[in-house]
Amino acid sequence: MLNSINISHIFVFDQDKALDFYVGKLGLEVSNDLDLGVMRWLTVRAPGNPTHDILLEVPGAPAMDPKTAEQVRELISKGASGFAAGFTTADVKKTYEDLKGKGVEIADELTERDYGSDFGIRDPFGNHLRIVQLGRVPAEAKL
Amino acid sequence: MTQATEQLNRRMLRARDAIDRAYAQPLDIASLAEVANVSSAHFIRTFRATFGETPHRYLQRRRVERAMFLLRESTRSVTDVCLDVGFASLGTFSRTFNEIVGTTPTDYRARRAPIDAPTCFAMSWMRPSSFGEAPPNNGS
Repeated sequence: MLNSINISHIFVFDQDKALDFYVGKLGLEVSNDLDLGVMRWLTVRAPGNPTHDILLEVPGAPAMDPKTAEQVRELISKGASGFAAGFTTADVKKTYEDLKGKGVEIADELTERDYGSDFGIRDPFGNHLRIVQLGRVPAEAKL
Repeated sequence: MTQATEQLNRRMLRARDAIDRAYAQPLDIASLAEVANVSSAHFIRTFRATFGETPHRYLQRRRVERAMFLLRESTRSVTDVCLDVGFASLGTFSRTFNEIVGTTPTDYRARRAPIDAPTCFAMSWMRPSSFGEAPPNNGS
């Protein structure tokens, strides 16, 4: 029986640029940054939450051939990676203002929904991330 | 893919996100092209090459998707829904809705019940296809 998710991944095109965004702007922390010889194993996680790492993985050789890597990069850069990851926050309005102030690209404005309040952002590569403060809101307020 | 193409895709995506955010406002090609940092003519051509449809058609589908949502989930009148999602005239709204969905707004409301899905996903997954229920207009 599976009982948790311990790691998932997001494709990024440049790991240093990804660190600047995911750690420098979003405030995640680096959980692993290892040179494996064949690849840089770079993972981040929400501060104080060791249960779920996100691998920031570069699409490329030798894991995939150059043509496939090119296709992956093209799809991600035009937003076709879909919903890459969702994060929770205790104060979504404050987080929204903070990230907007840092120049993070807002894809979807802060909105009251049936499951709480959330907004969408793009990472520098085109991945869609969502940030939510969970909590039921009145049905008439949902969009 | 060259880095230039990648950056162009990102700029087109930025403009598409702007359409998604501001669908209810009067949007013109010049301001969207400015978001993408390209000329108006280049914007329409590149948007279509990137996403498979013109910015105008994408905006229409976004407005119709939001209208479908409001018709399903609210009791607002069809006229109010039309104005809420950015159409300036009821005639244009009804015609566009019919072209894309294949039925009138009133009939759609009568046949559809609310859908229990996360509403942020409804925006993506409930958007009507340009090539689904009704064919898109040539050149739209």
